[in-house]
Amino acid sequence: MKTFAMGGVHPEENKISTHAAIEQFPLPKQVVVLMNQHLGAPATPVVAKGDKVKVGQLIGEAQAFMCANVHSPVSGTVNKIDVCKDPFGLPKPAVYIDVEGDEWMETIDRTPDIKRECDLTPQEIVAKLKAMGIVGLGGATFPAHIKYSVPEGKKAEYLIINAVECEPYLTSDHRVMLEHAEEICIGISILRKALGVPNAYVGIENNKPEPIRVMTEMAKKFEGIIVEPLKMKYPQGAEKQLINAITGRKVPSGKLPIDVGCVVSNVGTTFAVYEAIQKNKPLIENILTVTGKMLAANQQHNYQVRIGISYADIVRHAIGELPATTGKVISGGPMMGKAMSNLDGPTVKGASSVLIMDESEATRATEGNCIRCGKCMHACPMGLEPYLFSSLVRNGRYEEAGDNHILDCIECGCCLFSCPANKPLTDEIRLGKNKLRAIMAAKKK
Amino acid sequence: MSVNPILLAVLVLGLTGAVFAVVLYIVAQKFKVVEDPLIDEVAEVLPGANCGGCGKAGCRAMAEAFVKQGNMEGLKCPAGGEEVARKVAALLGCAAEASEPQVAVVRCGGSCDKAVAKNHYDGLQDCAFASSMYAGESGCTFGCLGLGSCVKACQFDAIAVNPETGIAQVDENKCVACGACVKACPRGVIELRNKGPKGHRVYVACNNKEKGAVARKSCSSACIGCGKCEKTCPFGAIKLENNLAYIDYKVCKMCRKCVAECPSGCIEATNFPPLPPKKEPAAAPAAAAQPVKAEEPKA
Repeated sequence: MKTFAMGGVHPEENKISTHAAIEQFPLPKQVVVLMNQHLGAPATPVVAKGDKVKVGQLIGEAQAFMCANVHSPVSGTVNKIDVCKDPFGLPKPAVYIDVEGDEWMETIDRTPDIKRECDLTPQEIVAKLKAMGIVGLGGATFPAHIKYSVPEGKKAEYLIINAVECEPYLTSDHRVMLEHAEEICIGISILRKALGVPNAYVGIENNKPEPIRVMTEMAKKFEGIIVEPLKMKYPQGAEKQLINAITGRKVPSGKLPIDVGCVVSNVGTTFAVYEAIQKNKPLIENILTVTGKMLAANQQHNYQVRIGISYADIVRHAIGELPATTGKVISGGPMMGKAMSNLDGPTVKGASSVLIMDESEATRATEGNCIRCGKCMHACPMGLEPYLFSSLVRNGRYEEAGDNHILDCIECGCCLFSCPANKPLTDEIRLGKNKLRAIMAAKKK
Repeated sequence: MSVNPILLAVLVLGLTGAVFAVVLYIVAQKFKVVEDPLIDEVAEVLPGANCGGCGKAGCRAMAEAFVKQGNMEGLKCPAGGEEVARKVAALLGCAAEASEPQVAVVRCGGSCDKAVAKNHYDGLQDCAFASSMYAGESGCTFGCLGLGSCVKACQFDAIAVNPETGIAQVDENKCVACGACVKACPRGVIELRNKGPKGHRVYVACNNKEKGAVARKSCSSACIGCGKCEKTCPFGAIKLENNLAYIDYKVCKMCRKCVAECPSGCIEATNFPPLPPKKEPAAAPAAAAQPVKAEEPKA
């Protein structure tokens, strides 16, 4: 069984919410739709206070190159256009909408029938992805229309579907594959057509036997979809590691997957692509796991949530009050997710989970001194030297860290996970990357 | 014929020495670097801390700049202060530029009781990193994070995070106003201000540019941008910009009227004797005072 060549760790899986079928999350009284839910510049609001909007109506238009459209996830009246503090307390431009009923745009096909045929040309597909505001749902929220417009002189040979879900706890992709396998396969066929590649490879880790079985069965009915079970290892779901696992190719430092002929898309995105292309439904919902070791089995949920609902609402609906011993509430998985400081902040397109950890699980261990054991180097899937970055960053030698390829770090957290001295290596590397980017930007000027 | 070996040795060494001496003399003349001896003298007077507060690469570079310019215009050694300025002026033979001594001021009053922590941060203890990750423990995106990046930057041991308030605190006796902490603070909380007569300073101890209601949510001593101080100030020293009042220390006459007027108590007056009873505000030209209009704080 395949896996990626270098580094990696084996954190506890904790996939405890796999049994919970996807439920529709009820509509709240108000949603707050952030204008930058994607990588790049924020979208520009195209509605004004007092405007009536329908579900799926365009409310934020992409005007920059690296940007994506934002649509209204609910129907109702625009309350105000203001800044809103995101779950991390940082102010972001947002549109506040008071919910009234649930009236959808007429163009959106809400019937449960599965639409299999797609006669759009590749250019039309990309244009529609852009119009529907599709972004990558694997975490980076990279605008899809840019990913599927292959630059001139480059050729896509592989389409890789990332169904690895290597982060512990997360089960949203797992459930989507079980419940929407056919839609996913149609979505994959559409993306295959957009890129003009012969085959699409679906990478699934072997800790998900059920989705592997369902997807393999379904893929037989489609042309050019190959399901690749992969040997479990974190961070297999990282783009460059998955490319390495499936094709054996290595993305060189500073290059993109397309430079080695690969395009990687998350499995959740393919479902969104199906809905956008075949059903005209913009990206207004995503699948969110609510989980945690301290929650009972009936408190584990996988929700289909409209974007813009506050995390506080989600927690309240899912489990009621937060347990008194809650240490951290994390957006995303335990390895790469971020602890939230403001649960009143709204969900965004890329949100994948609400992970509730108790104090003992969430607290970081006391930091010790580096003993030069080299575990971080062995764990690093990018072949970097985290211990070196740590001391360089602590001494402000950011450019030297840059010479040692600090910008190649994918912030997967393997170094921190493996460090016996509990040094905050990933934090230091992130700081170093930020400082180095600032230095490089200043030099350009 | 045999030569006395001692004589031979002396002869050979003497000749070699003479040849080298000539070569060295020629080289020394040819590649002579003319350096003003004054530079050494000036460098001698400078503190030698190489703190970079003057904006030059170090004290030697500063000495060169002094001598090259020939006067002290626009050049200032913050670490040396007036004494060094006088000595340098004497060496350069010019008048010492009269300069007000400055001090670093932390413009945040969000102590633990006022900006109550709503979460606990356990990541890397570095302000720049914490600031890039999230708003901070109180939720204020403008205030002091209290993780001590300025403390690490200070070469004079003049700044420390007060464990009681959780805010950086400047020791004004040690601070030389080199500005290292100003650069180290990712949120621009620290500012260099005139030290003031007898250390008297009046400044807005807040950096929050959010609307009043939002700012108040995270900190009870946040500037809410109500503009009362701006209206009260008889000298026009206070300007309100982006929901934040700023006192221009060059204009401020330190009457402290604004201190009494501020509804959130975020205007700080340092080193003053305690205020006399409210009816008689500290010495200020009463004629210039404008009638005070009560104004609702901006929501």
